[in-house]
Parts: sequence; structure tokens; C-alpha cells
Amino acid sequence: MTVAATTVDSISGRRRRRRLGLLRHSLVLARRSLAKTSRNPGAVINGVITPAIFLVLFLYLFGGSVAGSTRDYLQYLFPGILVMGASLAGMLSTGVGIAVDMKKGVFDRFRSLPIGRTAPLLGSLLADMVRYLLGVAILFGLAYLLGFRVQTGLLSALGAVALAITFGFCLSWSTVLLAATLRDESAVLAFSFIAFLPLQLGTSLAAPTDTLPGWLRTWAEVNPVTHVIDASRALLTGTPMEGSLALSLTWSAVLLVTFCPLAALAYGRRQ
Amino acid sequence: MSENIMYALQAEGLVKRFGRTTALAGVDLHADQGSVLAVLGPNGAGKTTAIRVLATLVRPDGGTAKVAGLDVVRQAREVRRLIALCGQQTTVDEELTGMGNLVMIGRLLDLRAADAARRATELLGRFDLSDAATRPVAAYSGGMRRRLDLAACLVGHPRVVFLDEPSAGLDPGRREDLWRALRGLVNEGVTVLLTTQYLEEADAMADRVVVIDGGRVIAHGSPAELKRIVGGQTISVRPARTEDVEAVASIMAAVAGRMPERLNRQEVAVPVEGDTAVIGMMQRFHAADIPVAEFSLRLPSLDEAFLALTGGRRGINDNPDRQR
Repeated sequence: MTVAATTVDSISGRRRRRRLGLLRHSLVLARRSLAKTSRNPGAVINGVITPAIFLVLFLYLFGGSVAGSTRDYLQYLFPGILVMGASLAGMLSTGVGIAVDMKKGVFDRFRSLPIGRTAPLLGSLLADMVRYLLGVAILFGLAYLLGFRVQTGLLSALGAVALAITFGFCLSWSTVLLAATLRDESAVLAFSFIAFLPLQLGTSLAAPTDTLPGWLRTWAEVNPVTHVIDASRALLTGTPMEGSLALSLTWSAVLLVTFCPLAALAYGRRQ
Repeated sequence: MSENIMYALQAEGLVKRFGRTTALAGVDLHADQGSVLAVLGPNGAGKTTAIRVLATLVRPDGGTAKVAGLDVVRQAREVRRLIALCGQQTTVDEELTGMGNLVMIGRLLDLRAADAARRATELLGRFDLSDAATRPVAAYSGGMRRRLDLAACLVGHPRVVFLDEPSAGLDPGRREDLWRALRGLVNEGVTVLLTTQYLEEADAMADRVVVIDGGRVIAHGSPAELKRIVGGQTISVRPARTEDVEAVASIMAAVAGRMPERLNRQEVAVPVEGDTAVIGMMQRFHAADIPVAEFSLRLPSLDEAFLALTGGRRGINDNPDRQR
């Protein structure tokens, strides 16, 4: 009897080979990630509370002076808050979760299992999709209670949600790259919060860019988040689109094509 | 029967560099099926890198490594079906229950839901964790986490288990529990490779020991063989009267032909070669009318062996974990 013979027997006797291994393993790991979230929902709550605070704060502080009434201002403000929610969810949960797993050596265990090498990464991203939808749904509910109404149609509204999530997903790869390189969740968190301010607030979120002072206006007009917010606003409230959707999608693609291969490289090079 | 399936684990001339540092500079290892191989060495000796190469996590820059005759680079996927890795840190999920952790690993190993649950229950029982099965791991003690981690390794019935410093941070009682669990595995034919800085662990567990320092194997053999490399045996003597210590020491020096070491105020020890030294010393103590309270003959400890092998440059005990 040889080692090889006994092991082959034990495998065929105890394990069932099935198809679609990568998808199945990714789903198992997505469930793991969601189970962790349900026990420890901090990241999702952060990703919802921060935009919710900005929504309420801006609405009641500036609503009267910017738009004449808080109700009108809400129509202007909420599409941007939606984008902020999806972007934050991506930056906070994906990168941080992966950094924690790498630091603790969890990914080493996964990588020594006979599963696809990308399954842990895919699982984490699949779970994020659920977290994005949850965060966006809560924000939508809050805005609805405050008086926000979609002025286009159901399809356009779904399009706005899909756009915000797509952009958040593509942006999240930058934090995955950071996580795979630094393997330290506090560094990823610090980066996310530092990037948050110029990226999310230096936009057309609170006021049209042509009302901003020169330097800020220049930044806001090159900031990809501005285009996503403009497109979201057009899809939800029927303001003119003016190419913002195309620009948003282009930027999303650029982010994905830049950061995804780099992140995969950093993840694969993990020693 | 080709020779490459004679060993459950086999590495020849492994080389691994990280930038300018050479973690492994041509390491050979082998272990028979159902045996325990201890890789012993100080921090930074290359132990963890060796494990990571064998567990398919790192590609070697040179040399070959095989698990059950399968190449860890070219047949990595097949190798992963046979091995399990227990890293230095526990990798179980705090937010999941003990049961949840093991079932998840079972599902990743393509077990059916019911089979995964059955296997998890079995392992929880074996590691004395049945009562804690439905509690989140966050509520587990350090020892319980270690045991769950080991259980997680075993879900897929691995044939070769890699344990990287398995008893780091465990209190001595828990270490014995771990050793017992490992012996149970070995009795089932599982091959275990463990790295350790604890010489007593290598002594207690291993069939063979490989001592690594600076990325090279500096000695290998059974624990007893390694002790013999250091040479001879040690006689230690405690005279009945403390004032006789000086006289005892000079007699021991004369018989052994080298300076004895004062172990403490009452005890003196000296390495000797051959067994006539015992009789010689006893006769002289008798002739000098020195009553002896304790007289012992022992092989040197692995600690002494290690110091002798590494030239005493570094103590194995300079690990902060040890000092607690």
C-alpha cells in the first residue's frame, strides 16, 4: 500500500466532485462574509450612517438658503448621497475585510485548500453586492420618509441604483489593492477617510459646480464622482444628462481596468 | 514502486529568496508516512518559509518538493487535496460559531451539507468542543481556538498536516493536550510536519528532527541521535554536605578531563565519554570519604544539542514567548 493509493481512495470515498467549483466556493465564502457582517455590522452601519448624517445635515442647514425650501433641496441632494453611500460601502467593507483576512493568515488557509485562488476575493466582492443593496435600500427609505420622490420612472431609478453600485464596486478595487499591499486594516480605513472628503464632497453633491470658487470648481469638474452624481441626479429627477452617464461609465471602467489587475497581482504575490 | 512515493514528504535542495535575503539556501527534508518531523530553529531560520513552500503557498526559486510523490509546484491542486495547514495564528472566524467554522471548511472541500455537519460534529467532539459548538468563537479561550483551528485543518481528512509553531502561546497543560491530539493523528497514519522553537516539543513529539539555521539544515536525525551528536553523557553530582562541593568538582575534573559546571550551589555537572567515568568517580568519592546525595547520568538535553549545533551564537530561548 502506498501513500498515493490510500489518499485517492479517501478522496473518492468522501468527497463529491461537482461542477462550477469556483462559483460554489465563492458563494460559500460570500456567505461567510455576510455572516460576519450580521454579527458585526459596523462597516455597513458606517457606510449608511455617514451619508445619512450628511443628508440630514446639509438638508436642514443649507436647504432653505440654497434651494428656497428643504423639500426642493432634497431632490437635488439625495442623488449625490446615494452615490456617496455606494462608494463608502465599497471602500469600507471590501478593503478592510480583505486586509483583516490577510493579516490574520485566513487567506493562507484558503489558499492551501483545493479551491480556486480567486474564490476568496470573489466571495468577498459578492457579499459586498448584498451590502451595497442593503445600504442603498436604507438610504432610499430614509430619503423617502424625508420627502424625496423619484420624478422619472422605476427603470430610471433602478438605473441610478445600478450606476451608483457599479461605480462603488469599481472604486473599491483601489482599497483592495491597498489591502493586498499593506495588509493592515487601519491603514485602509485611514486612506478611505482621507480620500473620502475631496472625493465625495468636492463634487456637485451639495451645490452646482458653477457656484463653487475657481480652484474647487476645477477639482469638482475633473472629479469622476461629480459625473456619477450628475448622472444619478438625471436618472432620479430628470435633470439634463449632458454626457454624464457616458463619463461615469468610462471612469468606472478606467478604475476597474487600472486597479483590478494591480490588486490581483498584489494578492497573488502575497508571500 | 518508484522511489518518489516512498516518502509522504520530500524536499530536495529548496531555495527561496525574498529580495536580497535568502530564506532557504538548499534545504533537504523528508518524512515517512505516519511520522512526525520537527523542524527546529531560531526565529528567522527559514522554518515558516519551508512550510509555506511545502503547503503550495510559495513557489521555491530552486529545488523540488513533493507531497505523497506529487510536485508542489506542478501538481499544486492535487497536493492541496492531501494537505492541511495550521498557521502560527489561529485563522478561525470569531464571528462564526465553532460549528459554523468547520461546516464552512467542509463546504469548501465539496462535502454535502449533511456530511459537512456530521464531520464538524465529529471533530468538535474529538477536540472536546461539543459544548461550545453553537457559541461564536469570539467567546472561546485561546486554547479552545487553537483546538478549533486544528479541527478545521482535519475536516478534509488530510494525509499530511503542516503545523507552524502549534504550541506558541499555549500554556503547558494545553500543550500536552495538543501533543495527545497529534499522536492520535499519527496513529491513524497521518504525517505531521511541525515547526517549533520548543526543544521539549521536538523531543516529545518528533520521530525525526531537522535543525535549520540561516536557511540551511545544520543537523538531522532522531532526537536521541541529535543528543548524541553533542557527545557523550553528562554526570551530575550533589554531595550530601555543601562544603564538599569544591572537592567533588576537582575529582570530577580529574576523571572527566575537563572543567565541570556548577549547576547551582550544591550541584556540579560534567560531560563524560565512556562509562568507566561513573565507576571512577564513585571510587574516588568513596576514597575521599565524601557522601553523595544525588548522582545521575543523562544524555544532554536538546537545548544543549541545539546550542552546540548553532555554535552557541543564538540561544533557542530568545523567543519572547518562551520567557513567560
